[in-house]
Amino acid sequence: MQIIENEKKYDVVIVGSGAGGGMATKILADAGLKVAVVEAGPFFDPANPAQQTQLKWPYESPRRGAGTTRAFGEFDMAYGGWEIEGEPYTQVGNSKFDWFRSRMLGGRTNHWGRISLRFGPRDFKGKDRDGLGDNWPISYEDIKPYYDKVDQLIGVFGSKENIYNEPDGYFLPAPKPRLHELYYKKGAEKSGVKVIPSRLSILTKRINNERGICFYCSQCSRSCSVYGDFSAGSCLIFPAQKSGGQVDLYVNSMVREVEVDGEGKAKGVLFINKEDRKEYRISGKVVVLAASACSTARILLNSKSPQHPNGLGNSSNMVGKYLHDSTGSDRMAFVPELMNRKRYNEDGVGGMHLYSPWWLDNKKLDFPRGYHIEVWGGLGMPSYGSGFNPNDLNKYLGLKVGGYGNQLREDVKKFYGSVMGMSGRGESIAREENYCEIDPTTVDEFGIPVLRFNYSWSDFERKQARHMHNTFEEIIENMGGIVLGEKPGADRDYGLLNPGRIIHEVGTTRMGSDPKKSVVNEFEQLHDAKNVFIVDAGPFVSQADKNPTWTILALSWRTSEFIIQELKKQNI
Amino acid sequence: MNRRDSIRSLFLGSMAGGLALEGCVSEPEAAIEQKLWEYQYGRTPEEQAYDEKLLGQQFFENNEINKIRRLANLILPPNEEGNIEEAKVPEFIEFMAKDFPSIQTKMRGGLMWIDSHSNKKYGADFLNCKEDQQHEILDQIAFNDPNTTEQKQEVQFFSLLRNLVMTGYFTSEAGIKEIGYVGNQPNVWDGVPEDVLKAHGMSYDESWMPKFVDQSKRNDLAQWDNDGNLIS
Repeated sequence: MQIIENEKKYDVVIVGSGAGGGMATKILADAGLKVAVVEAGPFFDPANPAQQTQLKWPYESPRRGAGTTRAFGEFDMAYGGWEIEGEPYTQVGNSKFDWFRSRMLGGRTNHWGRISLRFGPRDFKGKDRDGLGDNWPISYEDIKPYYDKVDQLIGVFGSKENIYNEPDGYFLPAPKPRLHELYYKKGAEKSGVKVIPSRLSILTKRINNERGICFYCSQCSRSCSVYGDFSAGSCLIFPAQKSGGQVDLYVNSMVREVEVDGEGKAKGVLFINKEDRKEYRISGKVVVLAASACSTARILLNSKSPQHPNGLGNSSNMVGKYLHDSTGSDRMAFVPELMNRKRYNEDGVGGMHLYSPWWLDNKKLDFPRGYHIEVWGGLGMPSYGSGFNPNDLNKYLGLKVGGYGNQLREDVKKFYGSVMGMSGRGESIAREENYCEIDPTTVDEFGIPVLRFNYSWSDFERKQARHMHNTFEEIIENMGGIVLGEKPGADRDYGLLNPGRIIHEVGTTRMGSDPKKSVVNEFEQLHDAKNVFIVDAGPFVSQADKNPTWTILALSWRTSEFIIQELKKQNI
Repeated sequence: MNRRDSIRSLFLGSMAGGLALEGCVSEPEAAIEQKLWEYQYGRTPEEQAYDEKLLGQQFFENNEINKIRRLANLILPPNEEGNIEEAKVPEFIEFMAKDFPSIQTKMRGGLMWIDSHSNKKYGADFLNCKEDQQHEILDQIAFNDPNTTEQKQEVQFFSLLRNLVMTGYFTSEAGIKEIGYVGNQPNVWDGVPEDVLKAHGMSYDESWMPKFVDQSKRNDLAQWDNDGNLIS
């Protein structure tokens, strides 16, 4: 099979179109560079009626929203999931890392929770605090100007709170809390847990004339057809194209490797077109990898050449190492006072209106680093699963469980909106022993060697999860609620979810000033090939208890400006 | 109606709720599918092909579907709010049996058990039993035994069927109306209604009010001062 050459020469070839790739596309194309974006999935525009799921009713589908084809239910806007047919991955021994991939233009930004938190000053210098992991080579001050710009370009609502490690930004106003969130606030504050308006990249106010304003359908996970939430396609790539940028999109194009010249510098990428299953070559002066932390590691490790026999950027042996995801655990509560609620439209924005940032001092705790608490519940739209075990909660009221007949209707209506939940999302410690690598025994359907994961939690994370559940139970009691489910014990890692489940995996191409211990420098430039950059979450030295997207965006912007400068100076 | 036509009608039944599609069954296949796929719900081509594949298959025999229909009507008898026919519950259960093959044996076996049981006890298939006899059978399987965590298969079967009936109904147009969900439409959220706050003894903290969106200014272009304070 012959490789099909693309005649066009690009200034920059960007692999992946999620947060990092989208931001790089916007900044580099706005600077007049000729950009190719290579995306493994299909074209996607949330405004396209043929792809849209926003405002659909469950009965518009024969399975009423069940998650057979999409992990978070079939109206969720991620094409893919933890398992993708034809794209396996494997594990070392008992390791259980769950790898979520979304194959589409915009990647996971089309369905994510829009929780847009800045890392704070402490988050860049974890080792200084507790001696664990490593510090970032940059500090909050280096990235702050970019967070400021991201806020204003993309839009994020929130409130100024003056909390040292939860830096304020340029916020749009926050939506008022829902009823169950007020219950949460009451319960949490009784336990000294701070509660503040959430910070989500959803437009509660007009930010420009190209994007619509939130109309409160609560369905950001379905990607907003008026572009009222942040998705990389609708907010970065399309605007880059509309403002006259030279952007060519290559969709359904699965990158296999980065190719290098005799000096070991990148000259372009090889990809497989999923439609004709042929190999294509595309050239650029600069290659920007934004395929997601693990996919980028995979591409680098599969890019072996005489110049880079250990894989591109891997002279340090660090590619794939220090993989880490946020910790996560959840708990549900039944709040009897919320039974038989008055009905009104409580959809609100997609996601919580209130949350709790980390509020404690680890010096008094048996685990390092913190977690934040997300809260959910309310009078949501019924979907597959609504009405299951219709009156199980009767057992808390001393009433009969089970049966049949029209009493079941009354039971379902009685309990509707009376169950809520909390999710802890915390910081784990990055360790070299947690990694992904190439599995030489397995390929995907495109013939590309796949990743093999090795990941285990340590007691740091387990103890954090235990603390989450203690906190949840206390808050639920304070609220006058009833804790549902058994408290997970040591046998279940205290409810700690499998790594990969929170979908904040980072660290596989970590940043550092020492080329022996890191893959990229502080500008996300490979130590081993100066015209290759990584703008996904691979370069994260540590994943704070914040969602990674806002930091991916800020770093990608900073790196893109660096690329523009370096091209001007002809350094790359 | 031959098997193919009955599949067709099932197919149309589950997909066409609300639209007038009279006479479609005799239309050429291409025309039918054209109309069916006016029901776009944002499928990828692969997902659409998968849906079509499942919709073109029939898992339950007619007799089984009739039994499901009867059981569903006992679980959720029709009333002025809605009924399982309108909610297309039997069609939904037929689809889910194909979508979740792992439930097939439990469902089919449970339906079979119901007949064996009614034959033994009343000398008739379940559908031919009198209503009070049908109730008697359900009374035996509609409650978990509180003294064990290992429920009998017939109890598990009924629980599964009840779940499918309940979720099928409450995700239907009638069920959503009955539960009182009034969202899924553009609106402007401005907080919990005052009377609801009061009824729950809640209020919005006065000191918090400036943090919240002033919905009368939502269309004004956002502007900030140099300290990030919103000034528009």
